[in-house]
Amino acid sequence: MTRNLILGGLLSLVFVAAAVLSFAWTPGDVETLDIANRLKPPHAAHWLGTDHFGRDILSMLMVGARTSIAVALVAVGIGMGAGVPLGLAAAANRGGWLDELISRGGDLVFAFPSLVIAILITAIFGPGAINAIIAIGIFNIPVFARLSRGAALSLWAREFILAARVCGKSATRISAEHILPNIANLLIVQGTIQFSLGILAEAGLSYVGLGAQPPVPSWGRMLADAQTMVSLAPHVAIIPGLAIVFMVLGLNLLGDGLRDALDPRLKVVRA
Amino acid sequence: MLRYALKRLVSLAVSLAVASVVIFLVVEVAPGDPASFMLGINAREDTIAALRSELGLDVPKWQRYLAWAGGMLTGDFGTSYTYRTPVSEMVAERMWISLPLALYALILSTLIAFPAGLLAASRRGRTSDMGVMAATQLGVAIPNFWFAMLLVLVFAINLRWFSAGGFPGWDDPVQALKALTLPAIALALPQAAILARVMRSSLIDILGEDFIRTARAKGLSPGQALWRHGVRNALIPVLTILGLQFSFLLAGAIIIEQVFFLPGLGRLIFQAITQRDLIVVESVVMLLVFAVIVVNFAVDLAYAAVDPRLRQKA
Amino acid sequence: MTLLEIDALSVSIRGKTILDAVSLRVAPGEIVALTGESGSGKSMTAFATMGLLPHAAQASGAIRLDGRDLLPLSDPELCDLRGRAMGMVFQEPMTALNPVQTIGRQVAETIRIHARARPPVRADEQAAETLARVGLPPDRFPLSRYPHELSGGQRQRVVIAMAIALQPRLLIADEPTTALDVTTQAQILALLKRLAREDGMGLMMITHDLAVVADMANRIAVMNAGRIVETGPTAQVFATRRHPYTRALFDASRHRADLPPATPGAPLLSVDNAARDYPLPRTRPFQKRQQFRAVRNVSFQIARGERVGLVGESGCGKSTLTRAILGLEPLQEGTITLDGLPVTPDAPADIRRRMQVVFQDPYGSFNPRHRVARLITEPFHLLPDPPRGAARDQAIAEALTAVGLRPEDADKHIHAFSGGQRQRIAIARALINRPDLIVFDEAVSALDVRVRAQILDLMADLSRSYGLTYLFISHDLSVVRSITDRVMVMQAGRIVEEGPTDRVLSAPAHPYTRQLIDAAPVLPDPEAAA
Repeated sequence: MTRNLILGGLLSLVFVAAAVLSFAWTPGDVETLDIANRLKPPHAAHWLGTDHFGRDILSMLMVGARTSIAVALVAVGIGMGAGVPLGLAAAANRGGWLDELISRGGDLVFAFPSLVIAILITAIFGPGAINAIIAIGIFNIPVFARLSRGAALSLWAREFILAARVCGKSATRISAEHILPNIANLLIVQGTIQFSLGILAEAGLSYVGLGAQPPVPSWGRMLADAQTMVSLAPHVAIIPGLAIVFMVLGLNLLGDGLRDALDPRLKVVRA
Repeated sequence: MLRYALKRLVSLAVSLAVASVVIFLVVEVAPGDPASFMLGINAREDTIAALRSELGLDVPKWQRYLAWAGGMLTGDFGTSYTYRTPVSEMVAERMWISLPLALYALILSTLIAFPAGLLAASRRGRTSDMGVMAATQLGVAIPNFWFAMLLVLVFAINLRWFSAGGFPGWDDPVQALKALTLPAIALALPQAAILARVMRSSLIDILGEDFIRTARAKGLSPGQALWRHGVRNALIPVLTILGLQFSFLLAGAIIIEQVFFLPGLGRLIFQAITQRDLIVVESVVMLLVFAVIVVNFAVDLAYAAVDPRLRQKA
Repeated sequence: MTLLEIDALSVSIRGKTILDAVSLRVAPGEIVALTGESGSGKSMTAFATMGLLPHAAQASGAIRLDGRDLLPLSDPELCDLRGRAMGMVFQEPMTALNPVQTIGRQVAETIRIHARARPPVRADEQAAETLARVGLPPDRFPLSRYPHELSGGQRQRVVIAMAIALQPRLLIADEPTTALDVTTQAQILALLKRLAREDGMGLMMITHDLAVVADMANRIAVMNAGRIVETGPTAQVFATRRHPYTRALFDASRHRADLPPATPGAPLLSVDNAARDYPLPRTRPFQKRQQFRAVRNVSFQIARGERVGLVGESGCGKSTLTRAILGLEPLQEGTITLDGLPVTPDAPADIRRRMQVVFQDPYGSFNPRHRVARLITEPFHLLPDPPRGAARDQAIAEALTAVGLRPEDADKHIHAFSGGQRQRIAIARALINRPDLIVFDEAVSALDVRVRAQILDLMADLSRSYGLTYLFISHDLSVVRSITDRVMVMQAGRIVEEGPTDRVLSAPAHPYTRQLIDAAPVLPDPEAAA
């Protein structure tokens, strides 16, 4: 269905555009406090209302989108950058000790949910956006390693790979020339999904205070600040949450749309 | 079967050992000395040294690891740097909120996801399938802690069906379960959405298998073929996700506790982080990892129960 | 009286005609063969009869079983007939059984699902009796066995047991032996024949292999492009071959390539005492790994210019030996040399460039993302100074022309080609470095007979024009007969017999060779039949 692709692409684009725009312009100022106008529901001057310091929520969301997108994007980059080569190496070594080591190592990392990794990192280096990136990134590594190993393994059994081996090509060269291009679609689709999971994870970490620290605005932080004010001004809790939902929904639809457009048989993992 | 179980047990022990070394080493590289941190910058050298020896920080690393890991095995988690009370006591109390919460959510998620996935797969392409798929698409996108805030807003603040937070203790199990219900729902629904999608796609894959065609040739209706030959085969990938989900639910439980002011492991660990009470952090993280590894061991056994090929291979 | 009467059956899927006015009759106790190449519609006819057409299919005409038209029936009504009045056996026994259910339960299910009484009486005993009837007596094959504990042939017997448990009036078998070895095939065919006779059951056999049905079917129907082009008693169809398509099929099935006379030169490939072990999975933790010897101390030589066949059933070690010869896997004992130089996984490029391979699967043999030019020049990797620019184009054009394709095909992607054309491209890739030895690993097994005949001719031509040496790995004796001068028979890791192809196939010395030859179905000589 191209509907998913268009809808998801548009939604994601809106958020990315808002984040980029926020570098040049935001409707309000996110650094000046305006206590007189605090917790105002949406109205003409502040389209999405104001928070407990009287800051414009729309502007906060735009700047917060930067944090979310940056954290999730870099985390996916780390996951792919380290995970895909590991997975390809494991598949090339299929059945050998390297394969065993990489697979077992992946299993072990899966026993540490990204939150637990973040807790460990925070315990050492203190909280911050960089540490959130590392935590989510480390968690992404075995996701991509497993995925690319599995896909590569089935390719290694194919006859065109045997033919390449008969032509004297090394495992590294075969991985780069034959395997990687044939699993690229799968990686793109999974990358989109991990990106959306990264947005969710970043929000969760910021919410419990392990992610981006004030004054850097982030969606999770906004929700944490809003918590005590839910009964007074529900919009401060509802609006940032909706932003997360729409961003994640957009990315998921984009992922599904890409999969349908590239190859509907791709097996992605969602957990 | 026994051989398979033993083999998984060995691998469980190895995973635990490696995980404990990793956690220990990570905490070891943390900058700063707990003793000087606890006593403040004005503390005298000999007081610090005394505290270091009291906390067991003056012996070589490997001895400390053995003492810590050996203690964990016997239920002795060491002494909190901050409160000077045994960590095991602090953990024991709080564990009985976080673990039941994660388990409660896992059960809810399974109870919702299985029928939904089954319905969607058996009516593929029809309205009910579309409905389930749209709902799960939304469910996957909702952050559980935000969903928890919405539940509080609606069911605790507006409707007053539940209290907005806190935990009455397990003396009255009904009240305790009631206090955990909103958090469990908040945790379960997004996970149920994922599980239902996996269940659906797994069933649809199985429905394309040759043996489903064989079953139809024997005279089974599509529903009978799905139920008798599809479900058990479809469970194999579903179990994998279920195992992964427990670790997410446990992590999620720690976050959700913040929304509902539940005095669980989450509260403990975030407090310990601000106070640099590293031994508490270390022990709680180990406990969480232990729970995840044990659940994955259970999933491995479940695989073997479902799939006879595994029982023999091992 | 007719049991099954298919009358002007037409099926279309999304406007595309799959079956065009197919009419066919099967009498009780009669074996009717439905034959044709892939895509001719023979399987679709079977599925239509079972009422198992894809949802999008539109059917018209009539399918009458015992006089009752099946097409207008609802699915519940068909469910009642399937398994009870008509049963079906499928091609792939490895996937036709539910892997997580015991064979007893799966056979008993046919009985349970149709039982009038609740709870069904004696379903398990009846399942055991049925399994015994198909050659799986319960004392050796208890009902509690799982499919993965059985061999392919045994699994096919279970599938047959499920189909005949209630002694249906009609049995449809869709390529029931295509996935099996030749000796197993002979046993399964004999079993089907016996069951049809004992139960007075009508049997509709679907097969692409004319030889399989030659001494089995009472009547034969030849299908092409959704139509039945010729039908009649088997002997008559074989003798007269009225329709040109039938004649083409026959000729292709009996085709022998025009092989130039062999002029063996100096030894080229020399395999000396080669042994290859695989580690078996440990049965206990920390146990010393047991080894399985897949190739047991094999020795042979191939002279330059020879065309040698290597035949054997699945699991005999011929694939393992092939990989060792190609330098993909190491040997545990012995040596392999090409022109006196050792072949190992670390063999240098100048040895590797002297041999190439053509695989079985025309669809899996090429990276789908590359164009033909890049695909067939992959062996250039082995050359110290590969041709570039005009020289490269020239080499590509020559190779494509040699295999009967056009130089312009170099710019196309692989999906633009049919299975036979892809095999030509695979041969072009093997040819481009002008190797001494080409290994054909089941290279024509996946092709329809007419395409197979063309590819065999191409191989013969190339052998003539380039003076190539061939090693043919195959399970199919007729292919080996057609294209080799010398044959080696492999069983359980050993070469049990070798000699000139004509001599070995007409007067086998080893009992295993004789067994293979006896089991292989033979198409009768039409001249003799007439």
